[in-house]
Amino acid sequence: MSISLTTTQKSGAALLLLLIVYAVFGPMLQEGDAATQNLSHIMTAPNSEFWLGTDHFGRNMWIRLADALQLSLMMAGLCVLTSAIIGVSAGVLAATRGRWLDRGLDAIVTMILALPGLVLVLIFAAIVPGSFWMLYVAISLIQWIEYFRVSRAITQRLTHSPEVQSSKLMGFGQWYIFRRHYWPAIAPQLFTIAAFGAANAILMMASLGFVYVGIQPPLAELGLMIVEHFPYYSDAPWLLAQPLILLALVVLACQLMGRGRTQ
Amino acid sequence: MRALLLKRLLQLVAVSWGVGTLTFFLMRALPGDMAYRIAASRYGMDAVDNRAADMVRAELGLDQSAWSAYWQWFTDLLSWNLGNSLVSGAPVTEQIWHMLGHSVLLALAGILLSILIAVPLGLASAFKGGWLDRVLLTISTALRAVPVFVIGLLAVIMFALEWNLLPVAGFGTPAHLVLPALTLALSLAAISNRVVHTEARRVFGSSFFEFARMKGLSPSQAFMRHGARNIAVPVVAFLGIQLITVVEGVVMIESLFSWPGIGHGLAHAIFARDIPLIQGAALMMGVLFVVMNTLVDIACHYLDPRGGQLS
Repeated sequence: MSISLTTTQKSGAALLLLLIVYAVFGPMLQEGDAATQNLSHIMTAPNSEFWLGTDHFGRNMWIRLADALQLSLMMAGLCVLTSAIIGVSAGVLAATRGRWLDRGLDAIVTMILALPGLVLVLIFAAIVPGSFWMLYVAISLIQWIEYFRVSRAITQRLTHSPEVQSSKLMGFGQWYIFRRHYWPAIAPQLFTIAAFGAANAILMMASLGFVYVGIQPPLAELGLMIVEHFPYYSDAPWLLAQPLILLALVVLACQLMGRGRTQ
Repeated sequence: MRALLLKRLLQLVAVSWGVGTLTFFLMRALPGDMAYRIAASRYGMDAVDNRAADMVRAELGLDQSAWSAYWQWFTDLLSWNLGNSLVSGAPVTEQIWHMLGHSVLLALAGILLSILIAVPLGLASAFKGGWLDRVLLTISTALRAVPVFVIGLLAVIMFALEWNLLPVAGFGTPAHLVLPALTLALSLAAISNRVVHTEARRVFGSSFFEFARMKGLSPSQAFMRHGARNIAVPVVAFLGIQLITVVEGVVMIESLFSWPGIGHGLAHAIFARDIPLIQGAALMMGVLFVVMNTLVDIACHYLDPRGGQLS
């Protein structure tokens, strides 16, 4: 599959790359860690020692933001990967194997879709409060459906096409047919879903952090930081602005990447 | 039409059962001792000891097995008895109805406001194009990139903290409704104004619209007679897709503005581990979601009686 990106997608990719570089290498440029408090330096404005200032416990914002970004990107990556693998395999199987599997999967999808995604994630988050992995399971549980539907529809269309029929007649195995016929048709569609899925996963995690049932303090998480910093808005507006802007940037980067293909 | 409604009804039953069962088992799997948590939220953290926890356990029958509890819950559900809240002791159904009113008010106000924002802007940008289109596209993209609670937060900072125009949170007077509804409306309109724009462009450029102009209808006549309904069908269908944004937005916005609706109630219930209330709220959201989807289906059917997309 050759990748030709539009200008919009290129700018999204560049922004995302920049954010990844910051998340991975940012903490190395400054001393200290995300948890060390320094109560004699609370809410200092950005300066040469603390590039992005310090928060209400005197923690280094440069490092905390990088940590939070790392967590968000990790969540997005894991969710996209898992739900894509599960969704595509389930979709192809539903379209090629018997009717009962198709019906069963369809029933499961209907049930999951009946509950708005955020509510489902909230309930999962309630089981083990503050667990990264629980959020991951819950978000993936919602997101695989989109991959499932797309790959199922494409496979269904292809499975009676002359080329697949003749491949079958020639005695090629299921795996060969998947690799040769189904995957090349499905793959180009996945990119858009994955880009928006990543954005949604990041938003979902931040939303949960914001209502205090997501990642728990003292871990750095974008949504949680927003709600933690809000009370200090009038004293230190930049403190509130930092996680807000970062969250918007990372979501924007993902959405720009997904743009273009859909047109 | 009847087949569709029947299918939706079956879906409703299956969905409430599935959702209820899921929440039930998830809640049973919560770590920690339930009796202690409930006692703590009833009597306060400091007043909890073994005796209080045992009392709660005996009173609520928390020591029975999961299966018998599930069976009991299931028979209760069939008779629309959702039990009592573990924390307040009040019947869940009553609480849910109470919260539902507030949520519906917020959702309707938000949707209405979003239509009032999105439709004129979308039409205007389709008519005029140029700079207006570019400005709207930029704003829409920016609003889409931030989660709904950030929009709410910015609205609070601007209207309540900086300009002191509106109350920050709570409810009671109509003024309390403005900011939550505006937040919801903005997050919805950010996407729907583009849909209106695209559909309007499609219709304005179509041959039937051009023909209507050619035969001598004025622009407004052509728009009312041939444009409005053709634009409306996909837009209303898109409203159905946006329902999920509405519900999720309501959950976040209610938590942000302390609006006493279902989303706020759900977040609180999860915090206090109030199982019947969580079930009730989640169930109600599932049911409401299916019902609203059905309403959108019906609306589309009446807008486009050809019935092409109803299956």
